[in-house]
Amino acid sequence: MSTNGHLPSMIIDDQEKKLFKVNRQAFVSNDVLDSEKQYLFNNCWIYAGHVSEVADSGDYRTRRVAGRPVIISRGDDDKIRVMMNTCPHRGATVRREPSGNSKIHQCYYHGWTFNNEGTLIGLPGENAYENTEWTREDNCLTEAPKVESYRGLIFASFNSNIQPLEDYLAGAKEYLDLVMDQTEVGMEVVGGTQEYSMKANWKLLIENSIDGYHAPTTHKRYFDFIVGTNQLFYDMSQGIPGSPHALGNGHAVIEYDSPWGRPIARWTPYFGEERKEEFEVKKNKLVERFGEERAERISRYSRNLFIFPNLIVNDIMAITIRTFFPVTPDYMEIRAWALAPKDESPDDRALRLDNYLTFLGPGGYATPDDVEALEACQRGFATFRELQWSDISRGMGRDDPKPDDELQMRTFWRQWNELMTGRQLTPSMPQGVGI
Amino acid sequence: MALTTVDSVNRYDIESFLYDEAALLDEWRLDEWLKLFTSDGAYYVPSTDDPGGDHRTSLFLIADDYERLAHRVEQLMGRFVHAETPHSRTRRSITNVRIRKASKTPEELHITANFIVNRIRLESVDTYVGRYEYRLQLGEGRVLIKERRAILDLDTLRPHGKVSFIL
Repeated sequence: MSTNGHLPSMIIDDQEKKLFKVNRQAFVSNDVLDSEKQYLFNNCWIYAGHVSEVADSGDYRTRRVAGRPVIISRGDDDKIRVMMNTCPHRGATVRREPSGNSKIHQCYYHGWTFNNEGTLIGLPGENAYENTEWTREDNCLTEAPKVESYRGLIFASFNSNIQPLEDYLAGAKEYLDLVMDQTEVGMEVVGGTQEYSMKANWKLLIENSIDGYHAPTTHKRYFDFIVGTNQLFYDMSQGIPGSPHALGNGHAVIEYDSPWGRPIARWTPYFGEERKEEFEVKKNKLVERFGEERAERISRYSRNLFIFPNLIVNDIMAITIRTFFPVTPDYMEIRAWALAPKDESPDDRALRLDNYLTFLGPGGYATPDDVEALEACQRGFATFRELQWSDISRGMGRDDPKPDDELQMRTFWRQWNELMTGRQLTPSMPQGVGI
Repeated sequence: MALTTVDSVNRYDIESFLYDEAALLDEWRLDEWLKLFTSDGAYYVPSTDDPGGDHRTSLFLIADDYERLAHRVEQLMGRFVHAETPHSRTRRSITNVRIRKASKTPEELHITANFIVNRIRLESVDTYVGRYEYRLQLGEGRVLIKERRAILDLDTLRPHGKVSFIL
């Protein structure tokens, strides 16, 4: 395989036999990872953060976005920038704190100082550049070529020719709206970040995050818990009412009737009798704003939403924003946050965070078992020469696929394949991002 | 341990309590361990970027009230915590035990201690470093845990990936 050009296809998408297979080299190969960085992470819109994380002028956060250290900074001009966290002089990361508020960002190495808009405003011994073409303007912090936000979610792209964010998000906007419409005053990221990792290929976490099929087996202990505490709304052995959808550009969702309670407005006895009325008030407010049907969809239904290539917004019990990036083919870094309505009461916020932890996160009743499953897959992939293909055909022969089918994963893989190979698998697939 | 009031406590007693508790955890005698808690006891592990946070306003890794902790123990002793099947081996070292008599009620004692917990599973060793903060309740001749907070010094859970056992 060559890293200079596109890779050969690693997908079998057989529309006649209704079989879909992914070659396991996709999970173990360094060449594949190099190509993913080139064709996916250098090209697509990549989630960077949420506007509430840099709410005021001067607020900043440092983190890695698509492997790059960046400073997400709200300048005195109120503009949010995603700036490369490297000094234009000799390279040192300029900011090393995870977050703060500052008029300036100063590189301690040689003392170059930038304002919070990234402009170089001072440096020791500037007269040494006399009689050269050196200018301050050429030595400012470097911004990501494109930064746009949608309903509070900030995305950056390292591809200056990328289509506008809203076009890129395509059908995913409808589902983001259902999340963001939970309050009129806006959503915010709650303090406290779940920073963890898995010894597994990053694409396994995409599959896992939108996989209804694994829930009753991998997460049996969670379901035993909600059954035992009277939180289950219906018998899941009869299936989960709902459906998966391809949303364009590789984005996909499963939307389904929640078997569990939801802090937004789906009360269960576990939340406490004394809270029941409050939940009715919350639900009625949604009905007033959106009518019965949409209010029901917002409050009762769950959504596992994947935005290509590495963002998950799971509006399930509570809401998690999860993003991840591969360090090596068999190791990824993961960051997860809780998203919540800004205006919820302290008791509602506490209930939401408690509800989040019943399932989600590296100490929850579910996520550790996902870590285990994905790491087990990765160990299994050491046999990729003997067993070459993973099967993702589930539900392919059905006209009305179910949330525990695998259409949503095929949606991801088709877009992945198209960007990696430069070719569409079948003419019927939705158009990809312009690269 | 015959402890009834804060004034009668010395560090030896508290260290013995903490070492015995650590042994129960390392030996996976979790049902016995759970009995060390008061019926309103709680177990917290804050997120690594907000070690001083409050679980009502900050996203934690673990924020168990007694009921949730009892479920956790029941699950861990059953067959369906896949992340702990087979169980991890753990080895806890607890040091720098300090008695802080700063509580509001005379029967309650605040303790801090440093921990290193090595967790070994599937040929990997993960080292969890941090400190414990305990609120202990004295009375009726024994010590009970009202609150047990494991505050990690790790700034991320990497490469650990999870806190699937009792930290």
